[in-house]
Amino acid sequence: MVGIGFGRRSVLGGVAALAAPKVGRAQAEALKIGEINSYTAQPAFLQPYRQAWTLAVEQVNAAGGIHGRPLQTVHRDDAGKPEDAVRHAGELINSEKVVLLAGGFLSNVGLALGDFALQNKRLFVASEPLTDAIVWSKGNRYTFRLRASTYMQCAMLVEEAAKLPAKKWALVAPNYEYGQSAVRWFKELLKAAKPDVEFVAEQFPALGRIDAGATVQALAASSPEAIFNVTFGADLTNFVRQGATRGLFERRAVVSLLTGEPEYLDPLGDEAPEGWIVTGYPWDQINTPAHTLFRDAYRRRFNDYPRLGSVVGYDTVQAIAALLRKANTTETEKLVDAMKGLNFGSVFGDVSFRAQDHQSTMGAFVGKTVLRNGRGTMVDWRYADGAKYLPSDAVVQTLRPAG
Amino acid sequence: MENLLLQALNGLASASSLFLVASGLTVIFGVTRIVNFAHGSLYMLGAYLAFSIVTHLPRGHAGFWGGVLLAALAVGAIGALLELVLLRRIYRAPELFQLLATFGVVLVVQDLALLSWGAQDLLGPRAPGLRGSVELLGLRFPLYELVLIGIGPLVLGLLLLLFKCTRWGTLVRAATQDREMVGALGVNQRWLFTSVFFLGSLLAGLGGALQLPRESVNLHMDLAIITETFVVVVVGGLGSLPGAALAALLIGELHAFGILIFPKITLVLVFLVMAVVLVIRPRGLFGKAQVAQAAVASVAEPVLMRAPKQLKWLGLAALLGAAVAPAYLAGDYALIVLTDMAIAVLFAASLHFIMGPGGMASFGHAAYFGIGAYGAALLAKWFAAPMVPALLAAPLCAGLAGALFGFFCVRLSGVYSAMLTLAFAQIAWSIAFQWVELTGGDNGILGVWPDAWATKLHYYWLTLGLSAAGTLLLRRMAMSPFGYALRAQRDNALRAEAIGIGGFEFRWVAFVLAAAFAGVAGGLFAFAKGSVFPTALDIPRSVDALLMVLLGGVQTLAGPILGALAFTGLHEQLVRATDYWRLVLGGVILLLVLAFPQGLAGAVRQWWESKGRA
Amino acid sequence: MKRYTLEAEGLEKSFGGVRAVQGVSFGLLPGEMLALIGPNGAGKSTCFNLLNGHLKPDQGRVKLLGHDITGLAPRKVWRRGVGRTFQITATFGSMTVRENVQLALMSHRHELARLWTPAWRLRGGQADTLLERVGLADQVARPCSVLAYGDLKRVELAIALANNPRLLLMDEPTAGMAPQERVGLMALVAEIARERGMSVLFTEHDMDVVFGHADRVLVLDRGRLIAEGNAEEVRNNPLVQEVYLGSGFEEAVAAC
Repeated sequence: MVGIGFGRRSVLGGVAALAAPKVGRAQAEALKIGEINSYTAQPAFLQPYRQAWTLAVEQVNAAGGIHGRPLQTVHRDDAGKPEDAVRHAGELINSEKVVLLAGGFLSNVGLALGDFALQNKRLFVASEPLTDAIVWSKGNRYTFRLRASTYMQCAMLVEEAAKLPAKKWALVAPNYEYGQSAVRWFKELLKAAKPDVEFVAEQFPALGRIDAGATVQALAASSPEAIFNVTFGADLTNFVRQGATRGLFERRAVVSLLTGEPEYLDPLGDEAPEGWIVTGYPWDQINTPAHTLFRDAYRRRFNDYPRLGSVVGYDTVQAIAALLRKANTTETEKLVDAMKGLNFGSVFGDVSFRAQDHQSTMGAFVGKTVLRNGRGTMVDWRYADGAKYLPSDAVVQTLRPAG
Repeated sequence: MENLLLQALNGLASASSLFLVASGLTVIFGVTRIVNFAHGSLYMLGAYLAFSIVTHLPRGHAGFWGGVLLAALAVGAIGALLELVLLRRIYRAPELFQLLATFGVVLVVQDLALLSWGAQDLLGPRAPGLRGSVELLGLRFPLYELVLIGIGPLVLGLLLLLFKCTRWGTLVRAATQDREMVGALGVNQRWLFTSVFFLGSLLAGLGGALQLPRESVNLHMDLAIITETFVVVVVGGLGSLPGAALAALLIGELHAFGILIFPKITLVLVFLVMAVVLVIRPRGLFGKAQVAQAAVASVAEPVLMRAPKQLKWLGLAALLGAAVAPAYLAGDYALIVLTDMAIAVLFAASLHFIMGPGGMASFGHAAYFGIGAYGAALLAKWFAAPMVPALLAAPLCAGLAGALFGFFCVRLSGVYSAMLTLAFAQIAWSIAFQWVELTGGDNGILGVWPDAWATKLHYYWLTLGLSAAGTLLLRRMAMSPFGYALRAQRDNALRAEAIGIGGFEFRWVAFVLAAAFAGVAGGLFAFAKGSVFPTALDIPRSVDALLMVLLGGVQTLAGPILGALAFTGLHEQLVRATDYWRLVLGGVILLLVLAFPQGLAGAVRQWWESKGRA
Repeated sequence: MKRYTLEAEGLEKSFGGVRAVQGVSFGLLPGEMLALIGPNGAGKSTCFNLLNGHLKPDQGRVKLLGHDITGLAPRKVWRRGVGRTFQITATFGSMTVRENVQLALMSHRHELARLWTPAWRLRGGQADTLLERVGLADQVARPCSVLAYGDLKRVELAIALANNPRLLLMDEPTAGMAPQERVGLMALVAEIARERGMSVLFTEHDMDVVFGHADRVLVLDRGRLIAEGNAEEVRNNPLVQEVYLGSGFEEAVAAC
């Protein structure tokens, strides 16, 4: 584990060293990308992300860079504080002269950077923040988002949830915007798909501080037929342990956001729950050419398997590289125009950034959890294309401010 | 009915684990009076060490319980070491200064844990034989939770026995009650302190190790536990073990039942409990008044001097330098950093006003910063107010909040008062966080940018001007008759009362003033960043302010200025320079603490005075 | 009818069933120096605190210049013209000697709500005059935290004089001082009291001080006044002798 952390040593000093062998034309001035993320606050997700980012940049440069110019990244740690992210953004643009900004894990950091981008008329490619607001209610001309949003992932799960016989649902979500939006969308969409469902209990434990025993008991007391879970990370672990010991999950369907991601499934080890319907990333079973290439390269480079964060980091670079190739300029306005409708080959297949709301069509894998060889993985999974889980264009129009 | 009974058991289980950690903290505080921020880090280390030890020992009872105990002992040793090499050297520093050192430890441990155990959450093994559950009233309850419910009272009993029946325990109790007396009795105070640190840290480590079968071991454990632990200790009454036990019970049960009625109360419940308890009982449930504290102040604060001429010229030169600096520094980024620094200076100076002359520590000063920021941002957002009126609203909102919260806080003293400010700050924070319709919740308020006339440079000058004016005004007020009266009630409350100076009024007014000035800083912050999030008034921001004041030196008026510049400057440089900035920043803080126990400005002053004498 | 500066009428105070002060009544004339003595636990401190406002009597009245001040907070008692010193000196350690006195003067003139004027501009001369009077002219610029104990007592005296008190309450004024210093301090107090027509009430252990400086002595035992009179009368009172038996009284008396 320690060794992985040291993958970042090569980027000590904040500036990604150009580890790739210099190709003939790579002497040209580098294209700088400013990348801001909550590295010290969310290392479990962001270490794999940063590694894959480095890998992708190396690959792009090894292949000759962008029209002969190498990519270079300047990374910054916002420690989970939006105001620090904004300060770094200012530095990256003014001092480092980066072409565009990217990154973001936490929703509020993403939103702060998006607003900064609007104010300063710079392009911001949000990689991870799940909040719907970043492309809808707070969407703006300069902000694009890669990952499938809270809404999209909820919609994917609701599709499965609606097929279940369960009518009485209990919900548990961390007590912040992401958890609350997930609960709201899930209820709204499930009610629309299946009007006779009822929601018998809701619990909102504080993020990172779940009182799992009491929460499980409170859910069990409402005797639901199914449970929708939004907790993740340490909260999920505690919830699963308490829930399993108390039999909360027995004879009950559980639908769970993000739980199939290795970041959250792997720490559970042989206590990973079975039969949960989840969104996630079955990295060991996806054998499309693009993914196999990525997985092999990642393993060679870091002697570790990719997490979902790795895919997000890798694909953010791919998207940016595709953009810079397509636009062949560093002018923000032209970049923004090129970003609209941009197509690029992601690890999960072809993805495009919708011109209408700047959301990418990157999807997620939906399947069931299962235990194999003493660890959790996904079965019966399918790739849910993000494009199919977005509201109609007319609806999106109403969600997004004009302009 | 069965459900409610089981929920009560759940409350007991949380109470028990909370008590284990809190007991260590309360013992340490009782004897040494150190506000040990690193207690959460020791708890986290307990969990990580237990993970490593237990997974390397053979499975079985001996392996598991032996591993847990070994981990607890190891953490105890780490705590004792901390006392020996670090804290022992700074007992004579001004009050709360040790807090700065323990915060340095927190930062260092965070990165060391990341380096040693990696970023991924670790799931430890379950306790052998206690994997399953028992049937109670037709419902299942985990066996391990039952054991945990037993361990809390067991540890409480053992500790009480230790304190009642051993000579060492008697000394600890005596020291908790009256520290001077122990010194007078000729007890070797040093070893008493080291051993108390050993025991307190051991309890923290034990608390962490015992979480192994319950939850994953992760890098957020330290900060997740520390606030709640402090709440338990303060609600129980500082230094009181039975108090901590009762407080843990109260909080555990209120939480277990509270979420049945208000599922979203999870963020604020413990702080509501603390606020109510402290307003009703100013020394917590079982807290006792300290003996011989009021009459004889232990260390006399130095005299506040009128600034020597040289310092005045230096200050003016620095201000002018700051005003023209952007012309010589490349780019807008310098402006951003300078703006941040100017805001930090005013924020720190406002906290210093109540901490220094007022003699009241605040752990929740961010509340007024944040309320100022939100006041300005809300006015700009909901009423489309231009920047200037929005900025005027900032001190108004913050001052009003300060008047309301301060009314209760300034009646209390010492750490109790500081923790009540924290409680109110957290209540304000949770309002900002959860009143989504008004404040946008944790997604914040966006688009709070300065008016078109204000370029970045103009805005910097505005910030610099207001910050300098505010800081000088605070300084002027500290030197005014009001400031003297404020210091008088701090120096000697009895004497102050005997010359017509009532503590409450002066502290209250000072609190409101400090809040209003923090509000100005917050308003400036909102327009500088273009957005406001609940992080504007969260605990880390309060802690930042505290660190700046302590780093600079609480005893001089220049302290907060130097501290703010040093802290923001260091942070800004290190974050860009290395991924392990917490390790380096923590290390630098520790070095500064050891080198300048009077704070940076205090050290400069000492040097100045010794030069004058020579 | 005599015009008393201070009158105590039937003061009573109990703590959890223990009657610390029972039916204490006395009067203090203008310019008079009155000593309140008694063995340890006799109720001197309680009695003192009933007079200065720290404690509220269960029964009885305290009158200052004919006005009822029973139960007023200490700071309000001070505003009525009562200065006081403490058994353990109480000064402001973070201020210089002059600033200590300045502050008391500013408080007296209701200037403490001023936020703008620098304090050093106010009342410095008056403070120096007072300090000169108590013999500290050469110490005015020193921080109180570095002063010798005897000098601190004098600072306290100067502070206590800042509001031109009609009455000075001194709790064990010479405790902790060297014998020669004690005489000097009390002589100074007596002198100032005479000058100003100020009454002084003090408790004291040192019988030299009591019999040397008090115009009149009150003797308290187990919460009750058992004797009252001038030094001679008190010294010869058999009740007093009995109370003080074996506690050094006779030696003290003999020394006089």
